[in-house]
Parts: sequence; structure tokens; C-alpha cells
Amino acid sequence: MPSFGAQKGVTSESSSVFHLWQGFSIGAVVIGGFVVVIFVYAIVRFRRKGDNIPRQSQYHLPAEVAYTVVPILVVFGLFAATLVVENKEVSNPKTDVIVNVNAFQWGWKFTYPGTHTSVIGQTTQAPTMVIPVNTNVHINLTSTDVLHGFYVKEFNFSRYALPGVLNQFTINAVKTGTFFGQCTQLCGLYHSLMFFNVKVVTMPEYTAWLAKTSNASTSSAAATATNQQTNTGVPTKPATSQGGN
Amino acid sequence: MADLLNPAAELADDGHGHGHHEEHHGPTGILKWMTTTDHKIIGLSYTVTSVAMLVIGGLFAEIIRAQLATPDGHLVSLAQYNELFTMHGSVMIYLFAGPFAFGGLANIIVPIQIGAPDMAFPRLNALSYWLYLTGAITMLLGFFTSGGAANFGWVAYAPLSNSLNTPGAGADLWIGGLLLTGFSAIFTGVNLTATIFYLRAPGMTMFRMPIFTWNMLVTAILILLAFPVLTAGLIMLYCDRHFGTHIFSTAGGGVPVLWQHIFWFWGHPEVYILALPFFGMATEIIAVFSKKPVFGYKSMVFATLSIGALSLGVWAHHMFTTGVVLLPFFSIMSLLIAVPTGIKIFNWIGTMWRGELWFSTAMLMSLGFLFTFLIGGLTGVYLASPPLDFFTHDTYFVVAHFHSIVMALVLAGMGGLYFWGPKITGYMLNERLGKAQFWLLFIGTQVFTFPQYILGLDGMPRRVPLYIHNPEWKMLNEWSTIGAVMVGISTIIFVVNVGYSWKRYPAGDNPWDAQTLEWFTTSPPPHHNFYRLPQIRSERPTWDYNHPEHKSLAHGAGAGAEHQPTPLAAAVTVLEHGQDEGPNEGANE
Repeated sequence: MPSFGAQKGVTSESSSVFHLWQGFSIGAVVIGGFVVVIFVYAIVRFRRKGDNIPRQSQYHLPAEVAYTVVPILVVFGLFAATLVVENKEVSNPKTDVIVNVNAFQWGWKFTYPGTHTSVIGQTTQAPTMVIPVNTNVHINLTSTDVLHGFYVKEFNFSRYALPGVLNQFTINAVKTGTFFGQCTQLCGLYHSLMFFNVKVVTMPEYTAWLAKTSNASTSSAAATATNQQTNTGVPTKPATSQGGN
Repeated sequence: MADLLNPAAELADDGHGHGHHEEHHGPTGILKWMTTTDHKIIGLSYTVTSVAMLVIGGLFAEIIRAQLATPDGHLVSLAQYNELFTMHGSVMIYLFAGPFAFGGLANIIVPIQIGAPDMAFPRLNALSYWLYLTGAITMLLGFFTSGGAANFGWVAYAPLSNSLNTPGAGADLWIGGLLLTGFSAIFTGVNLTATIFYLRAPGMTMFRMPIFTWNMLVTAILILLAFPVLTAGLIMLYCDRHFGTHIFSTAGGGVPVLWQHIFWFWGHPEVYILALPFFGMATEIIAVFSKKPVFGYKSMVFATLSIGALSLGVWAHHMFTTGVVLLPFFSIMSLLIAVPTGIKIFNWIGTMWRGELWFSTAMLMSLGFLFTFLIGGLTGVYLASPPLDFFTHDTYFVVAHFHSIVMALVLAGMGGLYFWGPKITGYMLNERLGKAQFWLLFIGTQVFTFPQYILGLDGMPRRVPLYIHNPEWKMLNEWSTIGAVMVGISTIIFVVNVGYSWKRYPAGDNPWDAQTLEWFTTSPPPHHNFYRLPQIRSERPTWDYNHPEHKSLAHGAGAGAEHQPTPLAAAVTVLEHGQDEGPNEGANE
């Protein structure tokens, strides 16, 4: 089946979204194609050939009923498919792997509750969130200042980080690798430079990484977090010259 | 400005000897323009001002596209870029699309279409225009403040729009300008509703109103329901910024997401406040140039009414990714809007079916509208599904979707100008230039939106001036920029056409063999629009008058029974025209 421009992504949720995308696209191509065909046919076939006045027909009840009822049925079909994928995405199954994601102007902080691991980075020094593969990872998303958008293309998913709101969702990555993420909701001057990475590793690698960073953080008093500004409301300029020329 | 209003000045002169004495002693020239309460002059002022806004907003778009033609462009700074896309969206939505439709064309056409002498409240109408002009200037003045214009996006999401994150007068001027144009819209909504309910000519029952008038009625009602909410929200936002309230900030126990609810409770009806007038324009134009009545007239009316009703219950589909709204409800409501919209598309094609299609510029624009709107409508169905919205939200897919929609509206609006321009000014626009404009506008629109759909699916976010991590997006962005340049050139052709055709091709009263009442009177119409009216026995009295042997088929049953004309409308018509309706009234002048 064609992809219709979308990709399967790297999580179990993203492939459900992809299949939903395919379903919607087939509907769009069939209905849109039908409309374009009769539209173009009408343009070609009924172009003016003289000064005749055509039959002034105004109503055709069976046709009108058909193009009211058929779209209603299609809409409820699409809605049913939507509900299946939506329920999967918002189900939040229980899991032990939890990452607290905090967005701020203009960077991200990933903390792992129960450990001392904390990763922070801003603008072009993008932080990396490490998560294990084939595991449900529960994300607690918050914002300290304005709205931000947590978006990773390969997840086929985005969610706002809202001040005063705890947004929760679960991802289950099925492939290892490093994936690029970016803020998608306008958040001020350096919105376009608010990057992060998600690194999906195997469970043993994840536990090893967590143990290492957790100890390092304890011994050096959370060095990563203190080295950089932790959003006190005074933004610093990004390192690159692409900044605010 | 006085020059532009020459046709309108002439139109007052046409009133000589018909019992309209006020203009004989009234001011002339610029004073006349400033003091007029004539809906045609006010409507023309609205049209000229809003087309100027289209040009300004288009200029912002061209700068944006130039910046995005390379991954690390240096044409504008990050701060300037935020101002540009904020003001591009604001100018196009608040200052062009709405005022062009309900302040411009509707203001001119609706009273004539229903046989009324003017709007119900002519002075309020004048106030609307001056509020709009003042608001537009106020909003644009932001560029001349030290902090620059508003830069929080046209949606002004809290808390980015508070005084801590967006200090400076530009944001306040944006709020002030929007309050003023908001009041102007509310007053126009009041005016249109009252005019359509109370000033219809004898015989013009509700179900004999042209579809354009129907759509304007629903638009006006939506304005009355939606705009006060925005006004209230803007006042709250201003209080948060300056008077220490915490309605939209967590600091004082407020709720930032409340702003989104208020904004979109206005903002989604606003989508249809923008779209319905243009649907109406295309409906009229397709019928006239197919030489047929509007197919499925009544289902068209009910489709418009249901779009209006559904549009009030779908606002949170803009907020699926906030995680704090009820997804299934807003999803099914949004999906259902596809049904009446689909009915409209099939009705338009049904109108063309077995017609005699005349591809004038106005018709080409309307067909271009239909195709472009179909693309925007189909991609809109995806966005009504929360999982697919999570996937594409705030990417260029959404940008492409709503630009397909609004560019469809621009096509329909241009069709409206080519179609009704001769009625308003008395002169035709050049058709060759018109067709050149159409092809550039139509192809340019597809060339600039299609790459954006692909970019969005590939993850390009909105509102970024740089894409340094994804240089592979360069080629598609270049194509999008080329399309935007084509659209820009088409706008230049339009302006050239207006200058070239100035008083060149006299139009006559009914150059298109059109169907509705506005084509019964002179071009331009006299001061109070009509010297006499034909019998109104269907929704196309001018056609019935000119082609008595070609009445609409299958329309007789029940058509006359719905409504009697209101006594007030009858009385006003008698007062204004000194005659009651009767058989065999005067000839088409």
C-alpha cells in the first residue's frame, strides 16, 4: 500500500498513526478523485457551444440524498478508525521507565525520576534524551514559561508543553537510533533553534547509561544542570552566528 | 482616494429627478466620501482598503518566502521574522479576508440583491468602516514602535503574549487594532442581519434570497456569536498585560489555555465567517456562467446553516495537542463539517452539469476556487482526526492546508471583483489581463502549497526562519517561493488591470445575463439602488424577467408559501420607490 507521503516511524504508536494516515488517504484519493473526474468532465463536456439556454433543472432528489448520505457514512467510518488509534495513543499503560521532560525558553531538560540523572541543553547545544527500545516509556511533559511543542518526526507525534499542566503520554520505540526533535510551538525569539535528540538504545545500554550518569551527577552535584542556566527567565544568546544577526 | 471614488460620485448624480434630494445639497469630493452613509460608497471604500491590505500582507509573505528559500537565510533577523509572520497572518485574516467579504462586497451587493434602498443602519455602517480603517492603521503602526510590531503569532497564545514575554507597544497596538476592527465587524453583523430580515423587497421571501445573501446572513449571525467573545478575550489579555490581572498566567492562579479556548471559540467560527461569503460569491458566479439556476438551492441553504451551526462546536480541534480537551467530541464534530461542505461542492458541479459554461475570468476564478478548496477541504479532514493532528500539528502540513483554503477564497474573491466590479463601477475589467492573472494565481497557488504539504510530512515546523539541520528541505522551499512569486505577480496584474480598464469598457446593466436582482438596476445603481423592481417570484427575478419562458424546473411547489414579506420592508419599498409591486412593471433600464 502506498505511503501517501508519511512514514512508518520508529514507535509502535507511530506505525498505527501511519496506517490511519493510509486509510484517510485512500478515502481522500477515492472521493477527491471522483470529484475531480466529474468536475473536469463537466468543464470539458458542457463548455458553451452557442447561445442556447440549457434546461433549467434545479433539483434531483436521489442525487442530493446520495451525496449527503454517503459522506456521512464515510465520516463515521473515519471516526471509528480514529478512535482505535487515538485510544492506543492516550491509553498510558503502566511502566517503570519514566522521563520528566521540561521545556523552557529555549531548551529542554530531561530528568529520570528515582535517579540522579538529568540532561539539560539549550538552543544549538541540543540535549539528548536516552530511552530503551521495545519498552513503554512514560513521558511527563511540562513547561516553565510559555507554550512549547514536543515533536519528533519519527514518532509521528507532538504534544504541547503547557505551563501549569502536566501532559502525559507513552512511547514505545521499536528501533534503535538517534532521532532529531524540535520545538514546534512558537515560543519566542529562538523558537527555531530549540532542538533536542532522542537516542533509543537497548535495555542493557540504557541501564548502564543511567547508572553511569546517575553516579556522575551525584558526585559532581548534578554538574550538567548547574553548568547551564536553568531557566531563571534570563535567556542567553545561542552560540551560533545564525542567532539574532 | 477621491479619484477612486469617481464611480460612486457619479452614482449619486444619477439620482437626479427621482425624488432623492439630499445629494443635491450634500458635500462633494473628499468631504462626501468622509460623510457618506451610502452603502455602495462605504462598500467600495472597504473593498479598496482591504485590497490594499492584501497587497501589504502579500508583501510580508514574499519576504517570508525569500527568507525561507535558503536554510540559513540572513534577509531578516529572528525577531523581524516573528513580526513578519505575525503581521502577515493578522493582516490577511483580520484586515483583508473578513472586511473584503462582509464589509466590501456584501455591503455593496446584499442590499441590492434583496431590493433594499440601503443598509438598515447607514450611519452605523459608516462607523464600521471608520473603525476598520482606524484599527488597520493602529495594528500596522506597530512597525514604527521601538520594539517592532506584534511578534507572538496571529493567535497571540498566552503566556507568550503577556507583558513579560512580549513587552512593547507593538503588541498593545495589535490588541487595540483588533478591538477596533472587531467592533467594526460586530456592527456590520448587526447591520447585515437587520437589513436581510427587515428590508427585503415585496416578494423577496427568505427562500427567494440569492445564495450570496443567505451566506451573508449566516456569516452575520456567526459574527454576532463569535466576535464579542474575542473582544472580551482581548480586554482580558490587555488587563493581564497592564492592570496586574492573572487571567492567563499561572503565577496568579490563572489558566493559560483559557486564552486558547476563548480565541478559538471565536477563531473557528471565524474560519467560516471568512469562507461563507466567498462560497456565496462562487455559487452566484458558477450559476450565471453555466446559464442555470443554482443546483439544489434548498440543500445549499441548509448546508450553509449546518456549517454555521457545526462551526460553533469545533473550536478545540485547534487544541488537540494541548492534551486538555475532549478529543472524540471535537473530532466527530469537525469531521461532520465535511458533509455540508461536500454537499456544496456537489451542488456547484451539479449547477455546471448540462449547462452552457462560459469561461469568463470570473468563472475561471470560481472554478479555480472549487479545485483549490477541494484540496484544502480534503486535507482538513485529516486534521479533524486527533492522531493525525498530533502527527502534523504545527508543521507545514497545516500551513499548506489553510493556505489552500484561503487561496481558494482569494480566487473566489477575485472572481467576485471581476463579476460584480462592472455593477459597482459601471465598467468592465479587461478579460485578457484577467485570464493571465487567473492562470498565474491558480498555478502559483498549487506550486506554493504542494511542496508545503510534503515539507510538513517531512517534519518542517511552522514559524521558523531557519532550517539549518535540514538543508534537504531547500529544494521544496524554493518551489514554494517560486509559487509565492507567481501569486505576487498575479496581484500586480490585477492592479494593472484596474488601472488599464479604468472607464474603458462600459458595462451596461446586465453584461453577464445574470439572474439576481442587482442586475436589474443600472450600473452603477442610483443613490437608493432602484427606480423600479421586477416581480419577485423566485430567487432569480432578473432572469425570470429576461427569460420568462425559461423558469427553474421543479421549483414551483411550496416556493411561494414560506414567508410573506414583512410589513416594514413593504412600507420602506413603497416609500423609497413610490410604487407597490404589481404586474408588468417598467422595463429593465
